[in-house]
Amino acid sequence: MIVASLAFYLFSFIAIVSALNVILQRNPVHSVLWLILTFFNAAGLFLLLGAEFLAMILVVVYVGAVAVLFLFVVMMLDINVAIIREGFMKYLPVGAFIGIVLLVELALVFGGWAMAPEAQSLRLAVTPDMAQVPNTEALGLIMYTQYVYVFQAAGLVLLVAMIGSIVLTMRRRPGVRKQDISTQVNRRKEDTVEIVKVPVGKGIA
Amino acid sequence: MESGLLHIGLGHYLTVSAILFTLGIFGIFLNRKNLIVILMSIELMLLSVNINLVSFSSFLNDLAGQVFTMLVLTVAAAEAAIGLAIVVVFYRNRRSIEVEDINQMKG
Repeated sequence: MIVASLAFYLFSFIAIVSALNVILQRNPVHSVLWLILTFFNAAGLFLLLGAEFLAMILVVVYVGAVAVLFLFVVMMLDINVAIIREGFMKYLPVGAFIGIVLLVELALVFGGWAMAPEAQSLRLAVTPDMAQVPNTEALGLIMYTQYVYVFQAAGLVLLVAMIGSIVLTMRRRPGVRKQDISTQVNRRKEDTVEIVKVPVGKGIA
Repeated sequence: MESGLLHIGLGHYLTVSAILFTLGIFGIFLNRKNLIVILMSIELMLLSVNINLVSFSSFLNDLAGQVFTMLVLTVAAAEAAIGLAIVVVFYRNRRSIEVEDINQMKG
């Protein structure tokens, strides 16, 4: 119990410190690296909560895909680091003010909140005993039955995102010679080749 | 809800996620010169929402919260992909990723 509590404090402390570093770093590459550390510690918190599958998914999807995507884009764009920090102090007061207001509001909400007595009976999918059914299996059992439509919708979201980002970033650059199959197939003999009868001694005008 | 320092309850997890969410909001206001860090702040906020969902799911013994966490993860990945694509297109056109330069669609 003590170990779990200490692990909670360790994970949450590192998560908060690295989240603070994400927004305060001068160099965007360092920000991405701190973001990865935040994700790892959030995965640790998920493990402490018993959500093993989500912890692994967080590492695989966030660290393996999203953070690497961020890293690619940061390194692809040539950003002037010196300019980035301009106006930092200008926005510090209003940002701090809104952050503190939000934190106080959240504290008030959580402070005055109590679990409704009927909450236990309103549960949608009661977690089975973890000794009998592991977390991943339990999640799969309801994911493909009770929530199958939502699951399909998530797939659609990913499809739309994929098509959208391809459409957004694809461009035709003039001057680049690339094979275009459809123009090759559509090319007709009549359009390109002309047979000219050359009269003797006159040549072609 | 409130308990001893070494007995971790729901309140502890909610506090962590509230702090992470606030840091995300703070980051959006602080990094006006860099769109990518704003996207990272949005990722932080989505992460804090995920922690909220998972902690409620764990303390209520209701797996539905974890299913919805997966959906939030999906949406976050899609959002990051599209957001970064927009950033790349914007950088190609304007040679900068500052928020102040995004005013072409103002009337």
